[in-house]
Amino acid sequence: MSALSGIGGRLYRGETSIDFIGKRRRWYAISGIFLIAAVFALSTQGLKLGIEFKGGSSFLINKSGATIAQANDALKAAGITTESVVQKVGTSKITIQTGTLTQERIVALKQDFVQSFGVDISQISSQVVGPSWGKEISSKALRALIVFLIVVMIYLALAFEPKMAVAAILAVIHDVLITVGIYALVGFEVTPATVIGFLTILGYSLYDTVVVFDKIRENTRVITSTGKMTYSQAANLGVNQTLVRSFNTSLIALLPVASILFVGAGLLGAGTLKDLSLALFIGLATGTYSSIFIATPILATLREREPAMKALSKRVGQRSPGSNETKIATPGIDGAPLSKKIERGPRNQPKRKHR
Amino acid sequence: MSVITPKSAKAPAHPARTIAILALLTIALTTLAFFTSATKVKLALDLQGGTSVTLKPVVSAGGKVTEASINEAVGIIRNRVDSLGIAESLVTAEGNGAQKNIVIQVPGITGDDLVKMVGQTAELRFRQVLSEGAATVGKAGDTATAVAGVTPAINAAYAALDCAKDKGGTDNAKAIVVACSQQDPANPTGPRTKYILAAAEVVGADVNKAAAVLDQQNNAGWMVNLGFTGHGTDAFGKLTQRVTSLGTPLNQVAIVLDGQVVSAPRINEAILTGNAQITGSFTQARATQLANVLKYGALPLAFRVDSVDQVSATLGSDQLHAGLLAGGLGLLLVVLYSILYYRGLGLVSVGSLIVAAGITYLAVLLLGHYRGFTLSLAGIAGAIVSIGITADSFIVFFERLRDEVREGRSLRTAVETGWARAKRTIIVADSVSIIAAIVLYLLSVSSVRGFAFTLGLTTLVDLIVVFFFTHPLVSILARVPYFAEGRPLSGFSAKSLGVVSKEA
Repeated sequence: MSALSGIGGRLYRGETSIDFIGKRRRWYAISGIFLIAAVFALSTQGLKLGIEFKGGSSFLINKSGATIAQANDALKAAGITTESVVQKVGTSKITIQTGTLTQERIVALKQDFVQSFGVDISQISSQVVGPSWGKEISSKALRALIVFLIVVMIYLALAFEPKMAVAAILAVIHDVLITVGIYALVGFEVTPATVIGFLTILGYSLYDTVVVFDKIRENTRVITSTGKMTYSQAANLGVNQTLVRSFNTSLIALLPVASILFVGAGLLGAGTLKDLSLALFIGLATGTYSSIFIATPILATLREREPAMKALSKRVGQRSPGSNETKIATPGIDGAPLSKKIERGPRNQPKRKHR
Repeated sequence: MSVITPKSAKAPAHPARTIAILALLTIALTTLAFFTSATKVKLALDLQGGTSVTLKPVVSAGGKVTEASINEAVGIIRNRVDSLGIAESLVTAEGNGAQKNIVIQVPGITGDDLVKMVGQTAELRFRQVLSEGAATVGKAGDTATAVAGVTPAINAAYAALDCAKDKGGTDNAKAIVVACSQQDPANPTGPRTKYILAAAEVVGADVNKAAAVLDQQNNAGWMVNLGFTGHGTDAFGKLTQRVTSLGTPLNQVAIVLDGQVVSAPRINEAILTGNAQITGSFTQARATQLANVLKYGALPLAFRVDSVDQVSATLGSDQLHAGLLAGGLGLLLVVLYSILYYRGLGLVSVGSLIVAAGITYLAVLLLGHYRGFTLSLAGIAGAIVSIGITADSFIVFFERLRDEVREGRSLRTAVETGWARAKRTIIVADSVSIIAAIVLYLLSVSSVRGFAFTLGLTTLVDLIVVFFFTHPLVSILARVPYFAEGRPLSGFSAKSLGVVSKEA
């Protein structure tokens, strides 16, 4: 742990610097491959939707020693032959999913369960969803997503700068697409809890990005007047300075999510907790990746196009010959300070040590 | 516990005082919770077992759904559910404007009668009053035998009707029925009236307009203007012409919605024009309510059952335990990590998390008491997820603090300069979370809302705790030599900060 703290100090002073911005084409390429795979998986396989989205019924029977055979008997007795899925969860739970049934058939089916399992009707949990309900949930979720993105974009544009807002939103879209792609690829079931998870990812991913951008903004506030660093260099320093925090944040966010996933999948088998935490787990991982490897490079790309920043790059290039904006010291994780001892104000001039 | 120190320019005025204010506030809230006996968290149905039904209103006659008609429908369904006599049942409208759904939540598994009962369309009818009486079990002679068509069976049903227990009979338009008056919402324990009513002669579809107006010409107070369609004008004309000359109560026409008598005005004269006025010492609220009933009756909503969730008590308690276990485990892991990584400072974050958890718990108790907030599984998940967000605001602060120390500042100044910068980041980042929570809450349905609510609540609590607990506490600690000198386990040791030693 303290080894990590030590790295924190070196990253902060710019002694250890990982070149996130300079290698941005590499990160873009990696993400591009993932995005193409995600879109491909989505368009060929699509998402496996839960009954909440396509309509149908699911039943959960709580009785120790309940067997799948008993469930199949009841289904047969009720004359339901198609589209049913029976699963055993833990030692005492059986879940049964069927397609859309009329209210009368559901009532009859429940009686068959009562007979077959020998349980009281109050021990049968059920969920019946009409075919149009899912459409409403999906359209509401989609609307919430769009409104959220717009509101946050406006907020970030006001609190930071418009280009930061654009970069942050692009990173979020990247995260959601990749997460959804993974769902399509692996075939995880999508339920409303999963949707909650997706929507929360947006918040998280932005939250993480906001903290990185806040530091970048501080670093770049006076760069045009000092002329010591290009925008990209200052941004890269910002990412490095907040790297320990990003790592800590992601880990600390993942710990509770992992415990929900563990308890939800292990104890309950399926349902809200598992679906939610799985989406969060996948989303958090991509969110952390994107705020470092995607959001900041996009921001740098956008800003470097500004004439003022172009001019700055030129000036910086002249000041320190032999270096250009994409070449930043990368001594590696274990790289001790390469040159002189640094006493004060190193973060304004991280490149000096490279000479 | 106050620390006496010389006041420095940059330090916050009185960190100890800030913490004391928070402590007082917490104590005040705790006392409030105790005095209002809000000592138990209200659990949603997925944690205590129960049935919830979501209904989507659809207009039967090709008209459009308005917010007012949905609100009226909610009232009607609430009446129906209340008639089951199950304690703590809840009928609410979710969503906004005309997009609302009606959600019915009833504890326990009530079987499928509930689903059937709440899904029916509520009809408005005008029926002549045949008999009227106090709404308790009457004497045998309490009848209306004088009127043709009233059978002994109806008389017996009327005599036995106790409006406090059963809230109405059948709603068959073509038959003579017994019915109770609707409970006046302004006077929920007030007396009610029961009726024998003739077959319906005018129905809701015959009404084409209704409005509550203040009579300024005759100074008669609030009244309801009522207009009929062509067919309605004829039917209502006939009805009023026939009854107006009869004696009380036969000269009254009851306005019946969903089997309950909303109002039973006396007919003063035959109304042949299709325009009627209902007067009587109405308050504005009462007149508006009556007008809404009439308008609603003109275009009744049918309901489509969109989802039915029935959770057994066993599954409910399983989910609750799983949720609590996941929360406990998550909290424990975060605590362990903070202590391992931040050492002494980690204890501050553990303390802050405990304070945040306490305030959140209090808020859930009080919101449950005052606002009917119920904690669902998705809500618990939201709270667990926010442990990360809460802990992160400490991390942002601590990392800033350590950055400042790395730049060579003393811990005491570092706390203030670091805080000034971290504060901004925390506010912006938390704002994004809160925006997410608000948008989700406003635009989504059912379980998503529970999640969004706790997420927003805990983020707000996080802000309070960071400002009024964590920061002042660190300010105080910065004056403690153990931390200020950067001892090995304080979290500020030169080694753990990676500070380049000054000896060079």
